[in-house]
Amino acid sequence: MSVLVSKDSKVIVQGFTGKEGTFHATQMIEYGTNLVGGVTPGKGGTSHLDRPVFNTVAEAVEQAGADTSVIFVPPPFAADAIMEAADAGIKVIICITEGIPVQDMVKVKAYLQDREARLIGPNCPGVITPGGAKCGIMPGFIHKPGSIGIVSRSGTLTYEAVDQVTKAGLGQSTCIGIGGDPIVGTTTREAVQLLMEDPETTGIIMIGEIGGGMEAEAAHWIKAYGTKPVVGFIAGQTAPKGRKMGHAGAIIGGKDDTAEAKMKIMEACGIHVVSSPAEIGETMRKALES
Amino acid sequence: MNLHEFQGKELLKSYGVAIQEGIVATTVEEAVAAYHQLREQTGTEAAVVKAQIHAGGRGKGGGVKLAKNEAGVREHAGNILGMMLRTPQTPGGMEGPGKLVRKVLVAEDAYRPDFDACKEFYVSILTDRERKCNVIIYSTEGGMDIETVAEETPHLVHKEYIDPALGLQGFQARKVAFNLGLGGQAFKQMVKFISSLYKAFVGADATLFEINPCLKTPDDRIVAVDCKVSLDDNALYRHADLAAMRDTDEEDPTEVEAKNHDLNYVKLDGNVGCMVNGAGLAMATMDIIKLSGGEPANFLDVGGTADAARVEQAFRIILKDPAVKAILINIFGGIVRCDRVAQGVVDACKNMGNINVPIIVRLQGTNADIAKKIIDESGLAVHSAILLREAADLVKKVLA
Repeated sequence: MSVLVSKDSKVIVQGFTGKEGTFHATQMIEYGTNLVGGVTPGKGGTSHLDRPVFNTVAEAVEQAGADTSVIFVPPPFAADAIMEAADAGIKVIICITEGIPVQDMVKVKAYLQDREARLIGPNCPGVITPGGAKCGIMPGFIHKPGSIGIVSRSGTLTYEAVDQVTKAGLGQSTCIGIGGDPIVGTTTREAVQLLMEDPETTGIIMIGEIGGGMEAEAAHWIKAYGTKPVVGFIAGQTAPKGRKMGHAGAIIGGKDDTAEAKMKIMEACGIHVVSSPAEIGETMRKALES
Repeated sequence: MNLHEFQGKELLKSYGVAIQEGIVATTVEEAVAAYHQLREQTGTEAAVVKAQIHAGGRGKGGGVKLAKNEAGVREHAGNILGMMLRTPQTPGGMEGPGKLVRKVLVAEDAYRPDFDACKEFYVSILTDRERKCNVIIYSTEGGMDIETVAEETPHLVHKEYIDPALGLQGFQARKVAFNLGLGGQAFKQMVKFISSLYKAFVGADATLFEINPCLKTPDDRIVAVDCKVSLDDNALYRHADLAAMRDTDEEDPTEVEAKNHDLNYVKLDGNVGCMVNGAGLAMATMDIIKLSGGEPANFLDVGGTADAARVEQAFRIILKDPAVKAILINIFGGIVRCDRVAQGVVDACKNMGNINVPIIVRLQGTNADIAKKIIDESGLAVHSAILLREAADLVKKVLA
């Protein structure tokens, strides 16, 4: 078991024939992801990487049975691509694109409200269920099938956590990169809930950063409904107020969204909070043993 | 991206938002000419001379002065232009070095003819991250720090959430005007003000509008006396006119240079520089430096490629800061192969020749073992590590 994506997912790539799309679709196929095709408007009917190219997501759903989409469309067109996927009936939409305007995402969130689709991202590394499906840009080889679920707003910091978990002798059930933008499709709490409800996940690692209230919301939810050990880390303990630290969403707005404030709330809610990012894997291993 | 007050007002005016009129000047003579032009246009006798820097609280440091006449404009413009203005928001606050004032805005006296018949409000618009929609925040307590108002008198801060699909509705603008206690002409003017302001916010892809104070004049007009405008960097591609308003004089010169090289760099006050791929890992690396007894000198995300040219650029930028006593390079190679990065570091070190601070390189991920070998056999005085914990220990060691 796993969440969001598995070996049975029928995955397409939007922005399939572009440079990024081609490179990462190739990696995804090599990993064993069930990639059933891709979408590039205007190139429908052709073939790319031995997979059919469709003009629209609707065609990919009808003709290839697609249920999951990974989006590599450039920022000006990414919001449109997400809405097209949702309209076509895609269940899990994973948007890798970084740099989508905030007002575009405000519209996208409103559009998705009454629809079935779940959006992961944007500005994220994607979702991987080791041994099942890699839907994103993460390096597949550092992962190992196992029972630790990981939720993170970051890319390479997630790889760091994955690597530590693997080296601690554990593996991952599903790793969800929720993205570093101020407005994301799936929040920390929603991703944690998915993993908490997954019978094969035994422990959860929650990696946040400065800015916004998602980690606090997740922590309060964990306190009320959590049934598995959770290890937490917040990046940006040394970040100054009011400066954007790389990610569009990583900016301290007030006294409630500093790393310190978040860590305090998480600790009070029973999460194993580590102040050093080097201790994530070991802390998880110990938490499972106790 | 932040705009100056005068640029923000220009933007607001283009959307039909009433503003305190003003003209920007870079010299005393220009300020005096601006004053005369303004007096002709608006009939204002007095004028306000306002320092144009990217920081709030300008009045506290003497950067906003009321001039009763031409002589006053001359005097205040003379004092303010070229001053190092300290405000609670400039680097180091009121004790810091301050920011050089290069421009002043000469603005009409919006409170004439009867200061006591005026009323100041607070209006801001931003995107609420939790509710994922835009929100108008407003209060009768204008001219004050809104965080203080929210803390001491939370019932005086109102919020109006806007439906993303429908936009601002008429009843919402009326609600704002009613809650601010307005009636008659002033009520109508406020409805118009709020509607135009919201259009401007969405139209310009802003992330923050803060109008404080928003003024009801004695003749019942509603005007923006000050404005803070921040724009969404990710949306600037569709606003070439606004993108052109960027004032690099207001930014740290090293940060500007880094940006020109596509490096995401933020200058900090510490003694250990760092170079990392990915924003989250970069922040985590700063935290590691602190936990190892140092203080991070910067945030630097080199992004997805880390070849010799890029590493060298990053080295140069980090080393511009004389406070840097050590450099920690932390790369988690996924798509980027560690051996390539290692070669990049070696080549950059050799090209630059005289790097006099200890360098710690931690490369993990694809080909990490080959990378460590390249570093160790390079003959350079570079410490290498594979585990993050080892890197932290090395930082501790070189600082000791």
